[in-house]
Amino acid sequence: MPSDTDSKVRLSLDVNGERIEALVDPSKTLLEVLREDLQLTGTKHGCELGECGACAVLVDGRPVLSCLALGLECQDRAVTTIEGLAANGALHPLQEAFADFGSAQCGYCTPGIILTAAALLESDARPSRDRIREALSGNLCRCTGYLQIIEAVEAAAAATASRKVTA
Amino acid sequence: MSVSPTGPVGRPRRRVDARAKVIGQTRFADDLFFPRMLHCRLLRSPHPHARIVSIDTSRAQAHPGVHLVLTGDAMPIPYGILPVSHDEHALCRDVVRFVGDPVAAVVAADESAAADACALIDVVYESLRTFASPEDSLAYAEPRIHDYGDTGNIHKLVALEFGDVDAAIAGSDHVFDDVFFFEGNTHLPLEQHAALALRDPDGKLVVYSSTQTPHYLHRALAKVLEMPAAHIRVIATPNGGGFGGKSDPFNHEVVVAKAAWLLDRPVKICLSREEVFYCHRGRHPVLMRYRTGVSKDGRLTGIDLQTLLDGGAYGSYGVASTFYTGALQTVTYRVPRYRFRGCRVFTNKPPCGPKRGHGTPQSRFGQEVQLDKIAETLQMDPAALRILNVAPPDTLTANYLHVRTIGLAECIRRVTASSGWAEKFRKLPNGRGVGLACSSYLSGAGLPINWNDLPHSGVQLKLDRSGGVTAFCGATEIGQGSDDVLAACVAEVLGLDTFDIRTITGDTDLTPVDLGSYSSRVTLMMGHAAVQAAERAREILADAVSRKLDVPKTRLVFASRRVFDCEAPDRGVTFQEAVCLAEAVVGTIGTTGSYTPPKSAAKFKGGGVGPSPTYSYTAAVVEVEVDPGTGWITVPRVWIAHDIGRAINPTLVRGQVEGSVYMGLGEALMEEQVFRRLPARLSHALVHKFPSILEYKSLTSLEMPEVFTDLVENPDSAGPFGAKEAGQGPLLPIMPAVANAVYDAVGVRIDEIPVTPEKILKALIAKAAGKPARIGPTAFPEVPWPEPLQVTPPDEGGDGRASNAPARAKRNVDAGIEAKAGVRP
Repeated sequence: MPSDTDSKVRLSLDVNGERIEALVDPSKTLLEVLREDLQLTGTKHGCELGECGACAVLVDGRPVLSCLALGLECQDRAVTTIEGLAANGALHPLQEAFADFGSAQCGYCTPGIILTAAALLESDARPSRDRIREALSGNLCRCTGYLQIIEAVEAAAAATASRKVTA
Repeated sequence: MSVSPTGPVGRPRRRVDARAKVIGQTRFADDLFFPRMLHCRLLRSPHPHARIVSIDTSRAQAHPGVHLVLTGDAMPIPYGILPVSHDEHALCRDVVRFVGDPVAAVVAADESAAADACALIDVVYESLRTFASPEDSLAYAEPRIHDYGDTGNIHKLVALEFGDVDAAIAGSDHVFDDVFFFEGNTHLPLEQHAALALRDPDGKLVVYSSTQTPHYLHRALAKVLEMPAAHIRVIATPNGGGFGGKSDPFNHEVVVAKAAWLLDRPVKICLSREEVFYCHRGRHPVLMRYRTGVSKDGRLTGIDLQTLLDGGAYGSYGVASTFYTGALQTVTYRVPRYRFRGCRVFTNKPPCGPKRGHGTPQSRFGQEVQLDKIAETLQMDPAALRILNVAPPDTLTANYLHVRTIGLAECIRRVTASSGWAEKFRKLPNGRGVGLACSSYLSGAGLPINWNDLPHSGVQLKLDRSGGVTAFCGATEIGQGSDDVLAACVAEVLGLDTFDIRTITGDTDLTPVDLGSYSSRVTLMMGHAAVQAAERAREILADAVSRKLDVPKTRLVFASRRVFDCEAPDRGVTFQEAVCLAEAVVGTIGTTGSYTPPKSAAKFKGGGVGPSPTYSYTAAVVEVEVDPGTGWITVPRVWIAHDIGRAINPTLVRGQVEGSVYMGLGEALMEEQVFRRLPARLSHALVHKFPSILEYKSLTSLEMPEVFTDLVENPDSAGPFGAKEAGQGPLLPIMPAVANAVYDAVGVRIDEIPVTPEKILKALIAKAAGKPARIGPTAFPEVPWPEPLQVTPPDEGGDGRASNAPARAKRNVDAGIEAKAGVRP
């Protein structure tokens, strides 16, 4: 049956700092809720089976594959998508670095990778190259060969660190 | 075309579409949502080869939420990418040809209703013999998978001979005879194919799709839907990776177009990952045999090549793919005499087609591994052997391809120097090794898919009093950076910044035709068209500014958003003022540019595949570590040098080169599009072994080696600002370099791709037992080769024409091994 309002349930989320209330199909994944109910299409999908990492978002600051989480599982939790990463009109240092280093070719894996990297930098401000490779190993990219991505994460970490020193 | 020191060309830069990508605002096809939009799912065949006896859609039609059920009868007109193989239907009509071939479509309020209704469609099939391998297809002519093609289940036979090859080989000091196999693999773009169709308010059809070739989709839609092309608008959304896998017109695109037309509502489809594996059009599995003559000082005297391609169930680009397995051998190294025979068969598997390198990586693998064996036998350094044989610049090859600039020897010198080749080759301890290989690739196909005299690429520019410049071009952004190249070419000529240019691309209503993002053609062809359009605009502006400032036009410089006198730089106007001055004189300003490649010297039938305005060249050294106990192989480092002519944006070129290394290593080590039989208690059907990303192994960030990229810049006048291609050539040397490095590391030859630990271990065990330390095919099957077309090479007095054409064609048709001219489905 196509979904109707009778079978929908109320879901409240903190999405990118905004309180969102929505009536959603309880069988929908967080990915589907974000893309279809909230029109946040910055979150991508490449397999819908948890294999590629394209749909990664942050839930309470930790990377989650949104294709494997039900929307309802995230009731009242804080979800960060790529749309929420730039603050006050300024790109996040990772976004700046990805743009400058050619780290986004087709750009399809980019949102998931940037969010995964953002979580890494929150837990480790100056990660080693091996740590970056490990952290991103669940996010497939078919275009770049990963190297320009890894360099951008290093550059973003350095930029953030120097900003903290000057501040 | 000179390059300004302050202009964008040649400078590592942020690409023009970078911001949209890093903030997640690039709109891919599945990101589009329209009011009243419906969703489509396809019902696909569970049988590899079967006749459709009946289809009953009544239960599906009655399912709640279903708006439309379509079967093949709704779209009876066939289509296909090549004019010689219009062998596909949007939905199968009489026969299904592989597991995954679509037979019906459901359009419903949401995807789950559509999927549920698909399960309610009752199809009765009558099984036909399954052709699982080329050997099956060569052995059995009946039942034919298609009722066209050269003979039986052979789709295409090619036989070309340039000079007396047998005499050349017989007169050689050494003859090398090797058989190689390259397994099929697939593109695996991260974005699943998606398409959305609707009727715009004035009733015309609009189709958005993740396609690399909106122009060809446009043609296919016009044909199948029997509508004037001018009433159809195709918009290529930015592709989330293409690699050749989105270059055919696809059934799902035609289906949603038909459904939207009938329902007058937007209809969207997004394929599942499993379905993407069924779309395929990826690397053909190729068996090949190289007989190569070599003089005792290491010069190649002649090559006799046979290739056998497993084409899968449809034609796709297959005829071109077949020619490409034999096209570029001579462009890399001088081969005075050359015979090429290629055979493509139909099998009951997803159709193969163009994947990055299109038909050339398979035979490049064989050629480069054989060169490694030749060097070993002749006790020559593999780098020296290659440099000795590098094709000379500004010459025609034996098969009439025009080599212009060739930086291959320089590429070899750079990678051997940077990798420390001399200290490593045959000198590293057991288990570690280095391998070298080279390649060449087209900078755009010289001929269009539909032969005509029209330009291959067109650009229009609009300039107005705001100072704004908009560039319109049909080229398609698939991640490679074509929008950035377009902006850079225009900005360079007009003295602007790339971010001053607005690019509108891949929209058949708004943009002049560009043939599409395939054959590494976009930078060269679109670039030329863009430069021409920009130069015409500059001329208009220069006229007006010259008059205003009373400065001769030849002294005017366009740079830093100004137009000024080079002898008195303060004397000038802003770019916006220049546009206003010109607009006041000539009225609304619009210019165009277009590009058509030069005519090929090849005048023989089959000479249309291989010509290119110019070729790129690459050399790579791969270092491997092999565990002699387990065969486990890792690649810690790769050195690669690429003859790019000139890098329009070095950041993007480096990305293409590293991405090629990555994808090449995937092919070399693990990626396989392979099939298995279901157990007999099920259906025994031939199915894809693992249509999922989890099981179709590809490199992650953990397996990616260090890559040392070197760009060799020697501008080629055939390219815009001297540029050649970067997207495909650098992939080609990686696979053979890995196999050659494994031999250097542990002394075993893996003459087939992928090079897996299992194969290495098997070869090591054989070696320890005193048996041949080699894994690979041992024989090439009997193929009913037609008599070759004889073409005398240019340096033996040939004129590019065949000497035996009409008589040969008659003999081949009489022998039943060549379809009569003009016979098409």
